[in-house]
Amino acid sequence: MNDVIGGSPRRADGAAKISGVFEYSSDLVCDGMVWAATLRSPHAHARILAIDTEPARKLAGVRDVITHEDIPGRKLYGQMMVDQPVLAGDVVRYHGEPVAVVAAEDPETARLAAELIRVDYEVLTPVTDPVAATAPDSPAVHPGGNVLARKVIRRGSAQNGEFPQAAVVVRGEYTVGMQDHVFLGTESGLAVPDGDGGVRLHVATQWPHVDQEQVAASLGLDSDQVVVSMAGVGGAFGGREDLSVHIPACLIALRLGRPVKMVYSRTESFFGHVHRHPAVLRYEHGADPDGRLVYVKAEIFLDGGAYASSSPAIAGNAATHAVGPYAVPHVHAEAVAVYTNNPPCGAMRGFGTVQPCFGFESQMDRLAEAVGIDPVEIRLRNALSEGGSLPTGQVLDSAAPVAELLTRLRALPVPERTSDDPAIVRGVGYASCLKNAMFSEGFDDHSTANVRLRVVGGAPVATVTSAAAEVGQGVLGVKRQIVRTELGVAEVEVVGADTRFPSAGPASASRQTYMVGGAVRAACLEVREEVFALARARLGGSLAEHRDLAEHWDLAEDSVVDAAGEPLIGLAELLGETVIDRTSRFHHRTTEPLDPVNGQGDSAVTFGFAAHRAVVDVDLELGLVQVVELAIAQDVGRAVNPLALRGQLAGGTVQGVGLALMEELQVADGQVLNPSLSGYLIPTMADVPSVNVDLLELADPHAPYGIRGIGELPAISSTAAVAAAVRAATGRAVSRVPIRPEDLVDFS
Amino acid sequence: MRISVTVDGKTHSAEDVWAGESLLRLLRDRWGLTGVKNACEQGECGSCTVRLDGVLVNACLVPAMQADDREVGTVAGLGAAGDGPGLHPVQRAFLEAGAVQCGFCSPGMVMAAEDLLRRIPDPTEAEVRAELAGNLCRCTGYQAIVDAVRSAAGGDRDRAKGDRAKGDCAKGDRAGEGRLS
Ligand code: FES
Ligand code: FES
Repeated sequence: MNDVIGGSPRRADGAAKISGVFEYSSDLVCDGMVWAATLRSPHAHARILAIDTEPARKLAGVRDVITHEDIPGRKLYGQMMVDQPVLAGDVVRYHGEPVAVVAAEDPETARLAAELIRVDYEVLTPVTDPVAATAPDSPAVHPGGNVLARKVIRRGSAQNGEFPQAAVVVRGEYTVGMQDHVFLGTESGLAVPDGDGGVRLHVATQWPHVDQEQVAASLGLDSDQVVVSMAGVGGAFGGREDLSVHIPACLIALRLGRPVKMVYSRTESFFGHVHRHPAVLRYEHGADPDGRLVYVKAEIFLDGGAYASSSPAIAGNAATHAVGPYAVPHVHAEAVAVYTNNPPCGAMRGFGTVQPCFGFESQMDRLAEAVGIDPVEIRLRNALSEGGSLPTGQVLDSAAPVAELLTRLRALPVPERTSDDPAIVRGVGYASCLKNAMFSEGFDDHSTANVRLRVVGGAPVATVTSAAAEVGQGVLGVKRQIVRTELGVAEVEVVGADTRFPSAGPASASRQTYMVGGAVRAACLEVREEVFALARARLGGSLAEHRDLAEHWDLAEDSVVDAAGEPLIGLAELLGETVIDRTSRFHHRTTEPLDPVNGQGDSAVTFGFAAHRAVVDVDLELGLVQVVELAIAQDVGRAVNPLALRGQLAGGTVQGVGLALMEELQVADGQVLNPSLSGYLIPTMADVPSVNVDLLELADPHAPYGIRGIGELPAISSTAAVAAAVRAATGRAVSRVPIRPEDLVDFS
Repeated sequence: MRISVTVDGKTHSAEDVWAGESLLRLLRDRWGLTGVKNACEQGECGSCTVRLDGVLVNACLVPAMQADDREVGTVAGLGAAGDGPGLHPVQRAFLEAGAVQCGFCSPGMVMAAEDLLRRIPDPTEAEVRAELAGNLCRCTGYQAIVDAVRSAAGGDRDRAKGDRAKGDCAKGDRAGEGRLS
């Protein structure tokens, strides 16, 4: 069967998507709905002196206008720190911050009316440099000061503030620009009043349950009065963890007693969600004469922008991943997330590990050069392996095939040069990474699923229900594959659930196949037990020999089968009218918070490993980079759906190439300069070559089916690999991404 | 102004079309033809790719009035066009190759791919990449899309035709729960 674990069934929602009938959140309509639009601040930092909504209200077709005063409940929201106003009240802290929302009979009127609202601002000087913002005398963006999170890891002698002598020392400062998710389906949703004072929100999200709590708090409602339903999601990549249209749409729906639809334009989408933290990274690596690492000092500044979003956890990841997949006895790593008046930054694929990867991999290249060995060799000499430990002291208790991944990449042939133009130089670059999967630092992460088995029309049918967010990654299909694997039933229905069903946790942290898979599997195992109990009761003495073999029974092809795969009894016959219904909640193994002083602790559930190789041609006259070939090798533990997996790995790789070469949301004095797809460029098909994907399957013995979280890794080391290739081609330091022509050519 | 447009063989009309209204807004917001996607309204992403009198256009850049009395082809009409009731071979190739993830780019990408194969029946990889560069995808890294286009061009048509009925379109699959019930 192709549709069990390890097969590559076609996407469950693929036919609907490919024929245009799949409904994304922006496609939803409802009779009598109004459209809402947002007025956003043109200033990065300003005091609001007055808001006059009258001009908007007077426009024909306008039905409602809300400002901060109209928020009935909690006026702030936030997943980790509740610090972000739903609508700005006394002060705006970033360019594009929402100030008011207008609802009207059609979208044009709503947008026009929003522009008519008069806001008197007293413009203030923005705080825009994250490093300077940490100085004690810097103006404060929030009353508590600008350091919103600081995570420190001290290992070995660094615990005493000391470092051993090292024969070779390399230092570097690296900069990472602000990347955006650019999911193609912009933020959108439809809020429908339920007629009883509650509201149902259909929205593109990564975690409906956490949306629900935040929406209810701001509406001043009980959680169960707000139902959040997954609407079709056009990509996420972390950008849908924070709220967008949610609260205003629900509030206006309740005020008007009418459905409210909100759809962000592309420009508004650039303002309407958090971005990847821009970063400044200062590194010092000390090694012995052979290049074996002795110590690493890392200082990482992450620009969190105006509000916290998930910056505290991202700073934690940046610190714990600061040295990468290498063994380092003495480490001092510090990651600081800083408030500024730049756009808020938060979760994006890689979650705090992309920035340090560019830093530590650049350092490894420098170290290789200083020692006089090959960039792959320096990595092999320092590669972590199973049994090795991280700067947190956590021991890697399953496969850590860093060396193998790099070796496989190195074995690939390098394509022939096709140009003999001396101005075009070729370079090959390598990078590797590790990434924690699931939630870390003691968070109790769980996922719930229900599996029902019954007979419909003479055939057994299994139904799996969960609130797991399908954001394009293919979790729908994973659920079906698991049910088919465990229950051997041909007919499997996959049912999505809203917040009236328990949480599956988010589609983030590379956790969903693992966690939802774990929950579905656990429910299936209970169903299996019940089926076997029924079978034992039914088959009884007549098949006594099979009773001894009960533990060897299996389910296959709609039947209970014995150890040899011979059918004992059909499920339809066995079940009759019986419905087996099991709900299971799955937790991953527990983790610890990090020690606040030295950052030691088993903070992560599990890690994945990946490595990239990039081959580039650089035009030394124009400073342009052409990526000639990309290859990724990744340990996926177990490939649940190899075809879908390869797609994820290729997709993440290309996002990383985007960060290396072209993607940057440019912000100057707090002003966003390029919030459009003509100003912010993402790779097109013509910008990238084929991606060579090499899957390693070293099962994680602690994981359901041995799987490892896979979604983020491909987006981490690809940026660093492209930078390394450009470095190899040009001999330039390449200490900033995205790489600009002026970094490669002296145009003066 | 009142205009009427034939979309996938069916005539639609609209009153009071305003000067700045795009064909995309007409299709999606007035007629509910949401198979045509909107990701930028700036002519940059190709999500809204349709055929206008047989010529590939970005619907967001075409003033609605220019479509008056003309024919528009969307992804919803692709399967039916000369290929029986099922999916078009290009659509099937996308499914087989894993070229659909979130799928938001897919309707536009399929339209562009179908048009490409009319013009260049057996494109090289380089040709596919050059010709479809106006259609952005953020999920796939394009590899599977290129594979799909080339496989639709090659000998896989017949195999793809055969097993449509097996369709993986799950009953009760409701992520994207869609229209209100
Ligand atoms: S929506 Fe028309 S090109 Fe993007
Ligand atoms: S599949 Fe998501 S944008 Fe292409």
